[in-house]
Formats: sequence, structure tokens, C-alpha cells
Amino acid sequence: MTEPTQRPRASAPVVQMQNATDRRAAKRDDKRALRRFIRNRAAVVALVILAVLVLATVAAPLIQRYQYEQIDLRARSSPPTAEHWFGTDRVGRDIWSRLLNGGQVSLLVGFGATLVSTLIGTVLGALSGYYRGWVDMVIMRVTDVFMTFPSIIIMLTLAAMLPRSVWTIVFIIGALSWTGTARVVRSQILSLREQEFILACRALGYGDARIIIVHILPNVFGSLVALVTFAIGSAILTEAGLSFLGLGVPPPTPSWGNMLEAARNLDILRNLPWMWVPPAIMLVLTVLCVNFIGDGVRDAVDPRMVL
Amino acid sequence: MQKYILRRILIGIPVFFAITVIIFGLIEIAPGDITDYFIRPELNMTDEAKDEIRIRFGLDQPVTVRYGNWLLNVLRGDLGYRYTNGQPVGATIIQRLSATTLLAGTALAIGATIGVALGVFTALRQYSAWDFLLTGASFLGISIPSFVAGIIILFIFSINLGWFPAGGMRPVDREPTLLTTIHHLVLPALVLSLAPIANFMRYTRFSMLEVIRADYVRTARGQGLRDRRITWRHSFPNALLPVITLLGLSLPSLVVGAVFTETIFSWPGMGTLYLEAVNGRDVPLLMGMNLVIALVVLGANLLTDLAYGLADPRIRYD
Repeated sequence: MTEPTQRPRASAPVVQMQNATDRRAAKRDDKRALRRFIRNRAAVVALVILAVLVLATVAAPLIQRYQYEQIDLRARSSPPTAEHWFGTDRVGRDIWSRLLNGGQVSLLVGFGATLVSTLIGTVLGALSGYYRGWVDMVIMRVTDVFMTFPSIIIMLTLAAMLPRSVWTIVFIIGALSWTGTARVVRSQILSLREQEFILACRALGYGDARIIIVHILPNVFGSLVALVTFAIGSAILTEAGLSFLGLGVPPPTPSWGNMLEAARNLDILRNLPWMWVPPAIMLVLTVLCVNFIGDGVRDAVDPRMVL
Repeated sequence: MQKYILRRILIGIPVFFAITVIIFGLIEIAPGDITDYFIRPELNMTDEAKDEIRIRFGLDQPVTVRYGNWLLNVLRGDLGYRYTNGQPVGATIIQRLSATTLLAGTALAIGATIGVALGVFTALRQYSAWDFLLTGASFLGISIPSFVAGIIILFIFSINLGWFPAGGMRPVDREPTLLTTIHHLVLPALVLSLAPIANFMRYTRFSMLEVIRADYVRTARGQGLRDRRITWRHSFPNALLPVITLLGLSLPSLVVGAVFTETIFSWPGMGTLYLEAVNGRDVPLLMGMNLVIALVVLGANLLTDLAYGLADPRIRYD
């Protein structure tokens, strides 16, 4: 990992005075990063598309024409019509409505799981980097185990064993995707803890918790933004993958993944494309947008990284 | 060198141990009665019958005893028998592992060759139309999940064009020959190779771009060497070094990709077997498979490290 890119910000009164110029510089850095992000056209377009998608799924109750679980017996497996814009599935549920509500679920899992994984990763990374020694040793070895072993394999086992619900999926994905965050937070804190403002905090007699939460973590978040963005995309894909295998969000709740599961049936794949093409497009579009935004954020926060 | 290998293996043991304990623990804390999975749910089992199953499979013993027994048997080379159909776990895994090795090996070979070739190609033409096109395509390759790519490729090349079979590993009406196997292998291997192609390409491109700006390449140019010689003799081998690491790093994602690809193309490999094990709560099979996956991943990491050391004499192990 690279050196921290922004200057440390401290909020204790004494330290604040000493670091007033530093804080102004940090603000300037933030503004520069924002300007760099706005200049990245692909990232901005992706952000706009994603915003529209999020709005559409949140506004589902307003723009949907049927309830997602409502069955229209006269129109089963119906192709797109004036009545059902995107057609219906085999039991006669409106695809358009399921697409919107499924998006809600997919995005919810994406954001929720990322929240969980970022929390776990930040706590473990902070403990590891701040205390070093055997705490660091234990946490990093555990991280190694989770990094070497393909986590989706464990997720499959967990998903099959635990009671099935959207929240189980959020928990499973979050609980097994924190390794990257933990490593970044740890490496940032390893270098931050050696700086003078932390020494100042210690001299003022602040407790470890206060130093970590109030003085160190705010400086780490900048380097986490890009990671978190990518994590959302990967969590959305993981949910879709688990649901595609029939081990994710349980029906009748729709998600893009379990709508896509229909395509595993060769008859649907061949003859009823309106059932699986829309969720596939939404999924790919969303993840592309998230990845473009992540690229933009990374370039804006740390312009030296080019890939 | 020997010391390094020994140390890596010694580090691997606790990792290995941790993985089996985690999986065993997960299965243990899972709610529900495992004996329900032994018999079809329509058949109502009496409690006595369930107890009999528990005693027969040693499920009446405490967790620690069961884990200990399992571990002892593994050390003796016995992975136990499947709950669902009583077949030996070891033999089942070996049979399925060969199918997955064929699939994943082909995919990795395709991915590495095409990916590296495209990486060099684009790096030599940075900011050209080709570069933008292929870099954009690699971005797609990374963003599109294997199950979406899989159903699209299945839809186009098998269902619509009918060039390749829609699934399985062998024809239903004939004995499998090398040709029929390749015929069945093409689509799943293609799907599974998309992500490696994209990854190898991005990695090689990045590393190649670094190398061709290095001082010694400028020196070579200053000496009036021909472009081709500079590229292939002076730049490429050095650019390839960090790419070696990617071979080992690709393995976990190949395992995951195999689960989806095998499901879509009904490939009789480890991926489909794992889903069978998970859905049937076949504990001995699950444990055996996780053991094998952990072995393969850890072994690949070790091999990658060693290969890197062989290829780059600057690396010292101590």
C-alpha cells in the first residue's frame, strides 16, 4: 500500500491549533480530489446512471403497476405487452415490478453487506495496526486463512445451513468479505500511529479508543473510499451468484440473481428471454457503473496509481 | 531454499487445520436435524430409526470426538463415506476433480496465453485505438460475472447456433472420444477463461508499461538495438515476472468460477459436486472437498512462490 495521501486531521483543541494549516491543506486536498473525480467523464456518467437506478428501485411502489408477488393467472409466461411492459414469469408475476423490487433487494444486499464488511475490517485492521505484536499476528493469520480460501465456497455452506432470509445473506457476505479492508486499514494505521499528532494525543493522556476512533480513523477513510465502492459491486455480484445457485435470497422475494436463476432452465433460456435478459442487463449495468465509479474515486484520491 | 519450503509447509498446517475446524464448526452450529437428509422427506421416520442412523454414523458422539475421528481417518488416508449414498468420499472426489482439472486447467492455459499476448500487444500501443478497445473489453471481462457470461454464451453458441452441446461432458449415444470431449469442453472453458484473460491482460499491460520505461530499456534503445529484440529479449521476460504470481492468485477465483460454469453447463466436476454436498448436507463429502480445495490453493501458492524464485534470481529465500 502507498503512504497516506492526505494530511492527518486532528480534532483535539490543542492539536487542532498546531495543525490548523494542516487541516486547511487537507480540505484543499479533498477539493482537488473532488475536482479530479468530476473531470473523469466515465465515472460521472456511471454515477448518474447508478443514481437513476437507485432512485427507480427506491421509487418502485410509485412506478410499478403490480405488486411483485401478485399473480396474473390469465397472463402466465406472457411476452411484453401493454399490460405487462416486460412480460410476466411462469406463474404470471409482472417482470417490470419484480425487476424494480429485485433491484431494491440487490442494492440493499450490496450496501448492507459492504457496511458489515467495512465495520469488521476496520475494527480488526485498527486493532491489528495499533496494537501490533501478538494481536497483529493473530488477526493477520486469520486474514490469511480467509484470503487464501475462496470465500464463496464457505458462503455456499453457510447459506445452505442458516435460516434463509435477505438479512442472512447480508450477514454472510459481509462476514466473509472484510479481509481487504482489514489489510488497508492496518497498513494505514501502522504509519499513522508513528506521527507526531498521535504522540501529542498520548501526551494529553487520551485513551486508546479515543485516539483510534477520533484521531486515527478519520484519516484512514480517504484510502477506503475506492475499496468500499468496489466492495459494493462485488457484494451485489456475490448475492446474485448465490441466488443464481438457489442459495441466496429466498423466493418469492425477488432479486436480480434469483430472477436470473430462471435461465438455468433451458426452455426459458431458449424461448422466454424476457424473463432473464432484463435482470442480466441490470446486474451488468450496475456493476459496470460501480466499477467505473470505483476507478474514478481511486484515481481522484490517489492519482499516482495507474492501471 | 529447502528451509523456505519447509517453513511454508509448516505455516500451511495451522491454516489447513483452521479451515477444517471452521467448516466443521459451521456445519455443527447449523440448525436442523441432519438425519432428515438421509431419507427422502416424504417418508416419515420414527425417532428410533433416526437414533439408529445416528448410532450407525457415530452422530451420537460429541462434536470433539467426531472431529477427532474425522481427523484421524484423514491422516490414515480415509475420507469416509457419503451420507447420501454411502459411496467413498475419496473416490468420488478424485473422479470429479479430474473433470474440474481438465476444465479449469484449459481455462487457465487459455487465459494466461491470450491474456499475456493481449497485454504485451496493448502495452506496445498505449493510447491507440486497439489499446482503448481491448482495455475496455478487459474491463467488461472483469465486471461481467461468470454466470451472466455463461448463460449468454450458452444462449448464442449452443442454443441459437447449435455449434456446441448445451451441457455435460460426453455424448449420450456414443462412447466419449478425445474429439467429443473437446467439443463439450469448448464453451465452459471459454466462459471460465474470460476472467483470467482480462486479469492477465491488465496485469501484463501494466507490468510491460513499467518495464519499457526502465533505464536499461532506454540504454538498449540507445545502443541501436532493433525494436523486436528490445521487446522480446529485454523487456518481455522482465515484464513477465510479476505475472507469474497471478497464476497462483487465479486459483481461488477459478474454483469459484468453476462452481458457476459447471452448474450452467452441467459439467460433472467439483463445483456441481459441492452444490450437491451443500444441498444434501453431506458432511463427510463437504469436509473432504474443503480439504482438497484448501490443499490445492495452498499448494498452488507455494508452487507460485517457488516458480517466482526460479524465474527471478534476485529473489532470495531465507
